[in-house]
Amino acid sequence: MNNKQTLVVIGNGMVGQHFLTGLMTSSLRKTYEVVTFCEENRVAYDRVHLTEFFSGKTAEDLSLVEGDFFEENGITIHIGDKAKTIDRARKLVTSEKGVTIAYDKIILATGSYPFVPPIPGHQREQCLVYRTIEDLETITKIAKKSKVGAVVGGGLLGLEAAKALKDLGLKTHIVQFAPRLMAVQVDEGGGTMLEKKIEDLGISVHTSKNTTKIVNGKSCFHKMNFADGGELETDIILFSAGIRPRDNLASASGLALGARGGIQIDNQCRTSDPDIFAIGECAIWQGQIFGLVAPGYAMARTVVNVLEGGDAEFTGADMSTKLKLMGVDVASIGDAHAHTKDALIYTYQNGADEVYKRLVVSSDKKQLLGAVLVGDASGYGTLLQYCLNEIELPEHPDSLILPSRSDESVGLGVDALPDSAQICSCHDVSKGQICSAVESGCMTLGALKDETKAATGCGGCSALLKSVLDSELEKAGIEVNTDICEHFAHTRQDLYNLVMVEEIKTFDELLENHGQGRGCEVCRQAVGSILASYWNEYVLEKNHLSLQDTNDTFLANMQKDGTYSVVPRMTGGEVSPDGLIAVGQIAKKYKLYTKITGGQRVDLFGARVDQLPPIWKELIDAGFESGHAYGKSLRTVKSCVGSTWCRFGVDDSVGLAVELENRYKGLRAPHKIKFAVSGCTRECAEAQGKDIGIIATESGWNLYVCGNGGMKPRHGDLFATDLDKETLIKYIDRVLIFYVRTADRLQRTSVWMENMEGGLDYLKSVVIDDKLNISASLETQMQHVVDSYQCEWKTTLESEEKLKRFRHFVNSDKTDENIVFVEERGQIRPADEEEREHFKLVEVA
Amino acid sequence: MAQWIDIGSEADLQADSGVCALVETTQVAIFYMPKDNKVYAINNYDPFSKAYVLSRGLIGDLEGKIMVASPIYKQHFNLETGQCFEDDTVRVDCYGVRIENGRVEVSLTE
Repeated sequence: MNNKQTLVVIGNGMVGQHFLTGLMTSSLRKTYEVVTFCEENRVAYDRVHLTEFFSGKTAEDLSLVEGDFFEENGITIHIGDKAKTIDRARKLVTSEKGVTIAYDKIILATGSYPFVPPIPGHQREQCLVYRTIEDLETITKIAKKSKVGAVVGGGLLGLEAAKALKDLGLKTHIVQFAPRLMAVQVDEGGGTMLEKKIEDLGISVHTSKNTTKIVNGKSCFHKMNFADGGELETDIILFSAGIRPRDNLASASGLALGARGGIQIDNQCRTSDPDIFAIGECAIWQGQIFGLVAPGYAMARTVVNVLEGGDAEFTGADMSTKLKLMGVDVASIGDAHAHTKDALIYTYQNGADEVYKRLVVSSDKKQLLGAVLVGDASGYGTLLQYCLNEIELPEHPDSLILPSRSDESVGLGVDALPDSAQICSCHDVSKGQICSAVESGCMTLGALKDETKAATGCGGCSALLKSVLDSELEKAGIEVNTDICEHFAHTRQDLYNLVMVEEIKTFDELLENHGQGRGCEVCRQAVGSILASYWNEYVLEKNHLSLQDTNDTFLANMQKDGTYSVVPRMTGGEVSPDGLIAVGQIAKKYKLYTKITGGQRVDLFGARVDQLPPIWKELIDAGFESGHAYGKSLRTVKSCVGSTWCRFGVDDSVGLAVELENRYKGLRAPHKIKFAVSGCTRECAEAQGKDIGIIATESGWNLYVCGNGGMKPRHGDLFATDLDKETLIKYIDRVLIFYVRTADRLQRTSVWMENMEGGLDYLKSVVIDDKLNISASLETQMQHVVDSYQCEWKTTLESEEKLKRFRHFVNSDKTDENIVFVEERGQIRPADEEEREHFKLVEVA
Repeated sequence: MAQWIDIGSEADLQADSGVCALVETTQVAIFYMPKDNKVYAINNYDPFSKAYVLSRGLIGDLEGKIMVASPIYKQHFNLETGQCFEDDTVRVDCYGVRIENGRVEVSLTE
């Protein structure tokens, strides 16, 4: 018998989904039978990052629903169906498709719709809005046959939409009714600076324009007529003039609305019907509608708590925002327009660097009330904390926005923040929560992110998060020992720099000058790798031999029984029939187990150490070279078949993969590196799960970095789009050498990225903007590695001295009799212990 | 009395690394540290992986004790006593080894 109550969530957008997730992790999990309606054909996705759909993210990437969330939690979801009526008297919800549900509680999360000004002609074809993935698909389709696009509206979303049109290759205009861009968030000075910066990017900005009519154009599809007599020809018009709450269902059900719309709610997010709640952009609280996601999330959390019987209240939300659009930083905090009585204003304007900053301060100069930042929003975190936590300002508040020309720091020490201070607004993580995570053992940025989710949303708080971590560790007296081992009181990065600066060429030299003792397997291998990355000498050189792990010493991969596996390089996964036959014949001759690897090549298992040289001799004679499967180095560049054969292919992925593999083969790194190249967005090569991933687009190559499969999968970050091959290679050169220089030992690029202060934006600033002024040196170093490549097996086979090592016994030609194989599925495998015993008995008998 | 068996010349050893010699029927891993003028011999059998591979491990010292790290699962063994660093109950056999007039000799009973 089921005595659960029924709770209906109407709307599966970001806020509706956040509510469901919160509900399922609360004590109410078993209290309610949950039903939800999702009008779109897709379940909740990240609308905040919708623009990224244009730069290669798929609907799946943007999805906010993990795996089988609905099934696992027993939630009934009606996709592509919307609630049509609420019969409050009989407590029934009926959907458009005729589903009727008896409810106990309803959560309205119907969101908003884009406001389209009633300009004559607004219903013409190619007049679009920017709200859903379907909208974006339509825009993409129409953009293909268009040259010019205009966005009506110069607010946050309008600028996003303009970027999207620009990325689609259109000549882009912004038509703004207000006298400046982002009129709600920034003041006149900030708006002027912003307009200049946006125009510098090649987007035309038209402010104070009142569109009176849209008619047929001459050179373009439309012509927009303005009240001041001006006109603009454009093929697409994108309306982004604000949002309006979707309150029609509430209104038809007789719920109280605000004067200008919006479902009226109290502090518990309850509507005028106590069994019905409203959250997100459809709700109006004290005359305010919140068009940001964070307040919507806060409302969702409030309702979960209220249903649990708690006393949570929604008490408004901070509407401060920071964004980076087309490389332009803009931020607005609190009372940016100085509406507070007697507020004082400080302004800093730098025409040369195009920076504008404004502080709004209380009349006693003690409290920060608001701020506007354009062109440099690096102070956002500090200023926001001053404002939200009412921390007393320094004696000269303008020191917070003036450029610091001395070493004195004007930032706010994190110790000044109360435990309640919110560090991550995306996931509502307070300083207190971060401190207790540090206390319970999270000592790295990566571990903290994992544990608290802080800095995993927009990532804007990662620098602040790092400061809290550092300060907590220092307070706890915990010195994080980053020494590589007991022989060197240095990090891997320090050792790398020492090798570089002092031009050190051997382990002994480094140990003598900067270390102690005899070394161990940790520092020997790390230094071996550093020397190999920097000098790229033959790894079995006398001075380097004792630094190599057994895999590198024998240039093969040791398996559990002490035998080795052999992998010849097959660049891009390409192999000729003759090559395949040769590999097959060699495997047959030496009775090796053969398997196809994930990196699109053939692995030959079961070779004894003494068999390695003759096997390689035959492989090299057949035209193969070392595949470096044994090294912490570039492994493979996986590829799909690409435009050469595939009817969907956009570019030659195999050709690029072969070229890249040949360029980077032999590069020793802190850990192994895998690449992939896909010839179109179908992504058959799974490039987004690789250290370096490349996907062909109609207008060039998209580059993804720091992805990983394996134990802890990480989706690669989109690093740059529509690159030509030359730029692509330049960026990869720089990213890889920067990784080689700065990563910890055995740290894959994915973990390197997770622990990087400043994250993706920082890496971009180093690699694309050359912030550290090192890109020439990064490229030179890579070129040295490329130019000094050698096939290590070819070099080894040429040296009698080196070949002496490839024997099991130094004093006998016998082989290791403990290596025993049995047959399975027509091939060999190592015998297990029992089988080995049996074999010995048979031998003796 | 110790019986010394010749296994080859000093030049057959690898500096700061190991080789394996067959001494009667025993596989012996021999490690050479020329800077300390030291040579060490232990059984080549790795009790954790059950493979004969210790001669192919990296050597050095930990807390001042000379050691080899197994190339398979990376446990450390003291080259002077055979004691495993990670597990008190595990020890590998140690043997006598010396360099006499450029020749390397091993004694299984020493």
